[in-house]
Amino acid sequence: MTSLSAESLPVETSEHVVSVRQAVRRRAVELGFSLVDQTKIITAASELARNAIQHGGGGEVIIETIALQGRRGLRLAFADRGPGIADVARAMTDGYSTAGGLGLGLSGAKRLSHEFAIEAAPGTGTRVVIVRWK
Amino acid sequence: MERIPILKMSGFLLVSIQVDMHDQLAMQLQDDLTNRIATSGARGVLIDISALEIVDSFIGRMLANIAAMSRVLDAETVVVGMQPAVAITLVELGMSMPGVRTALDVDRGMALLNASRAAGDTGHDDVPVS
Ligand SMILES: Nc1ncnc2c1ncn2[C@@H]1O[C@H](COP(=O)(O)OP(=O)(O)O)[C@@H](O)[C@H]1O
Ligand SMILES: [Mg+2]
Repeated sequence: MTSLSAESLPVETSEHVVSVRQAVRRRAVELGFSLVDQTKIITAASELARNAIQHGGGGEVIIETIALQGRRGLRLAFADRGPGIADVARAMTDGYSTAGGLGLGLSGAKRLSHEFAIEAAPGTGTRVVIVRWK
Repeated sequence: MERIPILKMSGFLLVSIQVDMHDQLAMQLQDDLTNRIATSGARGVLIDISALEIVDSFIGRMLANIAAMSRVLDAETVVVGMQPAVAITLVELGMSMPGVRTALDVDRGMALLNASRAAGDTGHDDVPVS
């Protein structure tokens, strides 16, 4: 995987959720994503950014344009300084929320992405990486 | 604080969301709209989301909450103008938004509200919209 360009944005406030959405849109447009593909990755980014703030106490996202075997894509890596997730499998279940939410953020972001990885060992914060290929 | 305007149009409340809303702004709109339904006695609410580029689970829940609260206040909410890409994404996200009526555009939404107002809701005195 080659990184073509990357930027890092803070994810600390609900205004940052908006700026992350806008930055992801800009990149997706640059990459020539279809409108549906743009909408999917922006929506996934919005869910993960909100999680990093609401459940993870804030962090950052690295937005990266990548290439692999002739394909280009958008990779988003969210990292926060929060408590991590004790039971990741459970957190990934539709409808599961510890915060009175809808519990669709993690599972939905996974469905909206081509690749999804999560590391959330308690004590080290949560890291969620998603990729959507063009 | 920044707010989304609520207009009154032939007895209905009309909200056109033209900005990429952060979460507090969405919550503010939910509160403002609930208050306006109660104080105006409006029987219908149109929420135009044609300018919204995404609806995530938070905004989806806000729309569902507004629809539920308006029902309690004897008003009907119709969400109009959802872009096809937004609808596709919402389904994949897993949000079905039960209880939220939708229409393709403001005209059709208005027609829907007029039709259901004409169709009955008997047993109510019509509250004049102030
Ligand atoms: N960044 C995070 N840090 C800690 N816990 C998280 C994080 N993201 C998600 N979680 C946990 O996973 C659950 C499910 O997340 P999600 O599917 O987005 O639903 P919701 O945000 O509506 O609760 C959350 O309620 C929370 O307990
Ligand atoms: Mg969430």
